This record gives sequence, structure tokens and C-alpha cells, in this order.
Amino acid sequence: MNDLWDGLINAAWLVISFDADLYEIAARSLRVTLAALLIASAIALPLAALLAVQRFRFRRATIAVLNALMGLPPVVVGLIVYVFLSRSGPFGVLGLLFTPTAMIIAQVIIIVPLIASIAHQSLRELWAEYHDLLISMNAGRVQRIITLLWDGRRALLTAALAGFGRGVGEVGAIMIVGGNIDHLTRVMTTAIALETGKGNFALALGLGFVLIALSIMVNLAIHRLSQTETEGRW
Amino acid sequence: MSALLPMRATGACVHRRGKRLIGPIDLVLDGQGITALIGPNGAGKSTLLKALHGLERLSAGRIEWACPQARAEQLQAFVFQTPVMLRRSVLDNLTYPLRLVRTPRAAARAAAAEWCARIGLEGMEARLATVLSGGEKQKLALARALITRPQVLFLDEPSASLDGRATREIEALLMLATGAGTRIVMATHDMGQARRLAREVVFMRSGEVHEIAAAATFFDAPRTDAARAFLAGDIVD
Ligand SMILES: Nc1ncnc2c1ncn2[C@@H]1O[C@H](COP(=O)(O)OP(=O)(O)OP(=O)(O)O)[C@@H](O)[C@H]1O
Ligand SMILES: [Mg+2]
Repeated sequence: MNDLWDGLINAAWLVISFDADLYEIAARSLRVTLAALLIASAIALPLAALLAVQRFRFRRATIAVLNALMGLPPVVVGLIVYVFLSRSGPFGVLGLLFTPTAMIIAQVIIIVPLIASIAHQSLRELWAEYHDLLISMNAGRVQRIITLLWDGRRALLTAALAGFGRGVGEVGAIMIVGGNIDHLTRVMTTAIALETGKGNFALALGLGFVLIALSIMVNLAIHRLSQTETEGRW
Repeated sequence: MSALLPMRATGACVHRRGKRLIGPIDLVLDGQGITALIGPNGAGKSTLLKALHGLERLSAGRIEWACPQARAEQLQAFVFQTPVMLRRSVLDNLTYPLRLVRTPRAAARAAAAEWCARIGLEGMEARLATVLSGGEKQKLALARALITRPQVLFLDEPSASLDGRATREIEALLMLATGAGTRIVMATHDMGQARRLAREVVFMRSGEVHEIAAAATFFDAPRTDAARAFLAGDIVD
């Protein structure tokens, strides 16, 4: 209990004293996860819509695989990305290991299945509603996908936020591929792991509270954006 | 004058999991005006309309239009028994079918605004279509179907849950559309409406076309016992 209290005080202190290290790693956490979220959404959302509107041979199998991949252990993803990016790996020449780019790659792999699965759930319902109408109006495949993505944007936002939550709180994969290097790849979660390991519980907890606050703020900000956009029309 | 008609259905059947929903149905659609599709609940009216429009796969028989299938699909429109509203504004629902066929945005918006006024929804352009009342949705769905000036329009109970005034408004729109050359096929349970609007009546019963006649003849002197009983309000199935 005392640790928690110390943690809160620590968090407050870190924030109001404009602790340079804190702001640096918090900014990096945001940058890495937002970049991963953007890329993952660009892959996952159209994929979800395609799975909703298109009947093809391996559709069910693809959906089953996506659902299974949702539970992918991040550590394993990190390990695999590590192998691919390591000096002797197929992409070793790119020299990406232990860079923020490697962390983004790992996070994309982790959150694509999550976003695609959640998005597919809601787009499938929307498609059931729209199916006859859009077929009747001769909407082509691309038009159907665009229509679903646009009219389902509310639900897609929820899917994206779930992806953000998983990405920003993830530690196993980015620890492996990023290496938790100070001033280069250290982010909130890896810093927390490090401080905990060193026995600095108060500092670790402080960082934890800041991370939670950060996550809530991003959620609120995005919800706020979507609210103004559809004001009074939803 | 129509590139679409005549339409010929020959031996058309629709099955669902081995169960026959409709057919075999032979039907010719030609000329002008409105055909009323009547019959008891479950007779297969909705299924037939969807089959003619290409939304139900035929398990047997065929439906042929006077032009190639791809072109035929573009010249038809359909209004469903329960109107489907896009989760967009009223105006965007109306521009949607126009934008699908690449009508420039400004022209689409102008046409949509005009239709909004015509169906009495002016001032509601920006409102989300899904929160409209049932009657407003019906009118919007009809306007959205007519805005592309289809040559053939299928309607599944266009005024099922509407009050008298809204029904008259819809009927006026339908008369206007037929005047402009749109051929209409309409399922309805409202015999008064069928009398007022239809030139031709198709009476369906247990998945088959039981009687086809000119409207005047049908309502004055139906040929079959089932049609007579149906018009008298007796239970027919
Ligand atoms: N998806 C479906 N699966 C199985 N049976 C169906 C399906 N859709 C319709 N049916 C059956 O097909 C028959 C015809 O239905 P349809 O909706 O065409 O009737 P309808 O004449 O339009 O009736 P109503 O006047 O109530 O609208 C009914 O017996 C119905 O139960
Ligand atoms: Mg019906």
C-alpha cells in the first residue's frame, strides 16, 4: 500500500518537475505505438471489410487464423522478428535490430490480428444490414468496402483503440527487438520493467501511473475527435 | 422506348435448403404502369420480387431482360419491405446511388436536395437517416430508388406502416414515376391501393402465380375461387 502511495507521489513529481527522461520515453512510447497503429489500421481495416463482403475459398480459414493470432504471445512475435532482423537473418542487412523501427514492426504484427478481428465482427453485422441494398444498387467490390469502412467508422475506432491499448502496454516483444537502450529504444513499459528489476518500485509505479494516464488521454482525445465530427447526427 | 422490357421469366424457381419458396413461375413484364403483386402472407411475393431483381439465385428456370444482364441490373431499382438506411445523413443517402454511377458531386447534391423537398424532408438534409420515423424512412428509400430514374422499379409494400397521408404522398410519387416512364412492380396488402394504382394484378398463392389479369377485371370478376376468397377477406393459403 505504501508503495502505491509512493508511486503516485513519484508520478506526480515526475510530471510536474518536467523530468526530461520521462518526457523522452513517454514521447517515444507514443510515437512507436501510434506509428504501429497507423500501419496496422491501414492493413487490418480494409482486410476486415474485404472478409466481410467477399466470399472466397479460404475466407473462413483466414478469419479463424486471425482470431487465433489475436492471442499471439508478444514475446514469441518479438523472438521471430528478432531472428528475421538479426545480423545473420534475412533482413539483417537493413540494420534495423535495436531501433524504434524494429519495435514498430513487432507491434504491427501483434495488433493487426486484434484490430482485424474486432473490426470484422462489427463490419460483418453492418454488411448483413447493407447486403441486399448495395447489391441492388450494383455497388462494386471496392465501393462496398469503402461504404462499410465509412459507415462503420465508429466501430472501427473502437477496434483501433483496442489495438492502441495492446500496443502501448506491450513489453515482451519490444524488449527483445528494441533492447531497451537508453535514449534510443527505451519506452514506458521497458523502463518500468527495468526499474522494477533494479528494485526501484516507487519509480516503476510512478512510470506505470503516467502510462495509464497517457493511455486514457489518447482514448479521450480520439473519442472527442469522433464526437465533434458526427455532432448531433449519431 | 424501354431498353429493359419485355422481361420474361420462364419456369423460375427459388429453393432454400431443399425447400421450394417459389416456382415454377412464368411471367412476362411489358408495357407501362404498375403491376400489383398480391396474395396472402408467405405466398412468395417478396421472394419473387427479389428473384426478378436478381437478388435471389434461381434454382431452376431463367429470367431474361431485353438487354444484356449487366446493363439490365443498372436500369432497375428496389425498395425493400423494411427500408435499409445507410448510416449517413438524409442527403448522403440520396446522393449515394448517384455517386455510385459517378455523377459529379455538385449535381448529385442538387438532385438530392430537390428530392428531399419532394418527399417533404426539407430541413432534415443533415439528419442521420437511421433516426427518421418509419414513414420518413419509407419515403427516403423510395426517393433514393427513384433518383437514378430506373426503367423498372420493384417495391415491396411501399406503404406498409404508413398513415393515410403518407400513403397518398407515396402513391403520388409512384404515379409521377410511371408518368416519367418507370415500370413498377409492387407487392401490396392494401387492396384499395392496388385498385387505385395498378393496371395489372398478379395474384400469388403458395409460391405460385395463381392468376394474372387486368386490374379492372380482377377486382370485379376474379376468375379463380382462391382470388375470390382472398378479395372477400377469407383466409387463403
Ligand atoms: N431466408 C429464408 N429461408 C427460408 N425460408 C424463407 C426465407 N425467406 C422466405 N422464406 C419463406 O418463403 C416463403 C415466401 O416468403 P415471402 O417473404 O416471399 O412471402 P411474402 O409473400 O412476401 O409474405 P408477406 O406478405 O408476409 O411479406 C415463406 O414461407 C417464407 O417463410
Ligand atoms: Mg413480403
